[in-house]
Amino acid sequence: MQLISKDIFRGRLSNYFFVLPAIAIFTVFYIIPFFRVFQLSFLEWDGISPSNQAHFVGLSHFKDLLFNQESPVGWWKSMGNAGYITVWALTFQNCLALLLALACDMGIRRGNNLYRVIFFLPPILSEVVIGFVWKLILYGGSVGLFNQFLHFLHMDAVVQNWLGNLDWLGNPKTALTAIALVHSWKGFGWGFIILLAGLQTIPKEMYEAAKIDGANSWQLFTKVTIPMMIPVFVLVVILTILGSMQGFVLIMAMTRGGPAGHTEVPVIKILHMMQEGHRFGYACAEAIIFGIILLLFSLLQMKISKHMKQA
Amino acid sequence: MRKIYSFVSILSLSAVFFVSGCSSTNQENAGGAKKVVVWHWVTDREESFKKLAAEYEQATGVKVVFQLYAPSDIYSQKVMAAAQVQALPDIFGILGEKKVFASFIKAGHVLNLTPYLQENDGAWKKVFFPKALVVNEFAADNPYGIEYGVYGIPLDVMNIQMVYNKSLLKKLGVNVPPATWEEFITLCKRLKKELGVDGFASGWGETWLIDCFASSYAFNIMGEEKVFDTLRGKVPYTDPQWVQVFSLFKRMTAEGILAVGMLTMGNKEAERAFANEKVGFSMNGSWGVNVYRGMNPSLQYGVMLPPKVSEQYPMRIWGGAGTSFMVNARSKNKEEAVKFLQWLTAKEQQIRLSQETVNLPANKDSVTAIDPMLTAFAQAMDNVTHPNVWPVQESSEVIESFVKGIQSIIIGEKSPAQVAAEVQKIKTLTMKEKN
Repeated sequence: MQLISKDIFRGRLSNYFFVLPAIAIFTVFYIIPFFRVFQLSFLEWDGISPSNQAHFVGLSHFKDLLFNQESPVGWWKSMGNAGYITVWALTFQNCLALLLALACDMGIRRGNNLYRVIFFLPPILSEVVIGFVWKLILYGGSVGLFNQFLHFLHMDAVVQNWLGNLDWLGNPKTALTAIALVHSWKGFGWGFIILLAGLQTIPKEMYEAAKIDGANSWQLFTKVTIPMMIPVFVLVVILTILGSMQGFVLIMAMTRGGPAGHTEVPVIKILHMMQEGHRFGYACAEAIIFGIILLLFSLLQMKISKHMKQA
Repeated sequence: MRKIYSFVSILSLSAVFFVSGCSSTNQENAGGAKKVVVWHWVTDREESFKKLAAEYEQATGVKVVFQLYAPSDIYSQKVMAAAQVQALPDIFGILGEKKVFASFIKAGHVLNLTPYLQENDGAWKKVFFPKALVVNEFAADNPYGIEYGVYGIPLDVMNIQMVYNKSLLKKLGVNVPPATWEEFITLCKRLKKELGVDGFASGWGETWLIDCFASSYAFNIMGEEKVFDTLRGKVPYTDPQWVQVFSLFKRMTAEGILAVGMLTMGNKEAERAFANEKVGFSMNGSWGVNVYRGMNPSLQYGVMLPPKVSEQYPMRIWGGAGTSFMVNARSKNKEEAVKFLQWLTAKEQQIRLSQETVNLPANKDSVTAIDPMLTAFAQAMDNVTHPNVWPVQESSEVIESFVKGIQSIIIGEKSPAQVAAEVQKIKTLTMKEKN
């Protein structure tokens, strides 16, 4: 066995010393809280008394969340609401982002940079500000700007007959969709920038070669652009799912989860469970289940994209 | 060698940051004088607190540092986190239900102030409105198993009543506010029809205001004992009188008197709508006097108890202590903290606080020198009640289903009877879990 010389050992030791602060910070702020959440999920704890006075309840929080059909918590309804917002984001938001990215990459020649700035403005604005501004736009009655616009078009009466009332955020038929649309409006800029960057990495030679082989525009798009963009699509889809499922600030600013819980999402539920219910253990169990669901979605998405790429 | 120097520098810096980050909030000044740290969330009182602290330091040599953490939910999280690591300041406030307060006491964070209040034949206790002090009191047979005592000192008192726009009512030829529910409904409808303004607005996006409104009417319709028996599980929420309470919301919706967007409206928005004369009536706390003055100084309005549905029982309104401070039982400076609170709640300081921040003082001797609108609020202090002083509290799950159910009635999704049945179902479930 070859012994390490004293100098090499010292050198290695000093290297480890240098990474020690980073490891310490990572442990204190990431690893310990992560395990603490798991630990708390097995306890019934009010979040105030010393945690060693908490009662051990085993898997009962998880059992209640997953199998209790009569649970008053309404966890799965909130998951459904977040899922609905995510579906809108995956379809409407990402299609819009792709169309605009394609337009900027191929079609629009003039003011290309200006469009990039304009499209990227909503994501960099504060969600609270956006929430309150859209709340003013979508306000009910004659106060809201959108309703004034409908009135200008002489369509307010027709829409009111159809929906029952024009309180877009107070009407259960429209509240969640209104939030999903605002969320998509705020989020499409991210997809746009990532997709545009992806489009610009596709070598122009591939398009030229395909054109020489007689490919038309549609074939260029389906046979060159889409296959080359799959890793970018995966990234955008995963980011969209994670961002939409974890939506919180925008909803709090626009509806606070109302009316009657119709726009409640899992993060609001977790917060309410902690702040109003004072059930930290239950809230941690909710957070773990939520995290696992998001992880599974991401893994599934990656697997599908790998399969598609190979195909 | 250079590597070692760099490493030692990084380590020393980290140690400095670590030590400074872990420093206690209970410190002494450099000169050895005592220092009392107070955490609070009331942004509108920050300047007044600072001025008073400076005066106190000049008079006693004890430095008082007020640290503001706002908004209130952020403050609550900070206090909870500090409690978990036993890093609470000398004086702090607890926001939330009585059971939260009880948890803090059980965990040994809050000093029982009864001996101080009883000193000198109860001289300190006598200065307060009794209803303000009772919010911070735990009776001998309280359900939380807390030792009898008063655990917090009120700085001000508040109550939540209905406010009405005098100018708008005058335009309808009405000079007296409505005394009954029917008169109220009729007036609200006239406001909409004749003046084009909404009848009633309240921040029902913040669900506690729905709870407040509904429980006031529950007290009026069925009386205090029956409400408490419901909380005890002896009377079901499906009782006809509870259905009558739920039906009030259906009636308000059906008559079209609720302001548009009320279920997503925060209290601040409701205050703005009332101050800008967009609605005739609103339900708000005495803190609103200051808010309305800021939003519309020329607003002509009055204060009234919510109009009665029944003459059988009195109308009750939520109220009691507004802002209360607790003393950290583990603080080294608890004696200084108590002395500071005694000084802060003395007549002179209370008058100043009340005049500068337009709040009802907790010291009853200070009421003579306050704003007339606040006096109007103060006149209803006898009608005040609060969930924190009830002998039994409802579970958060039932409260959630109760207020969401009322929202469902307003949006026309469910009937009062349906909501009553659903709330009772949750009540039965939570009672089963408890047992």
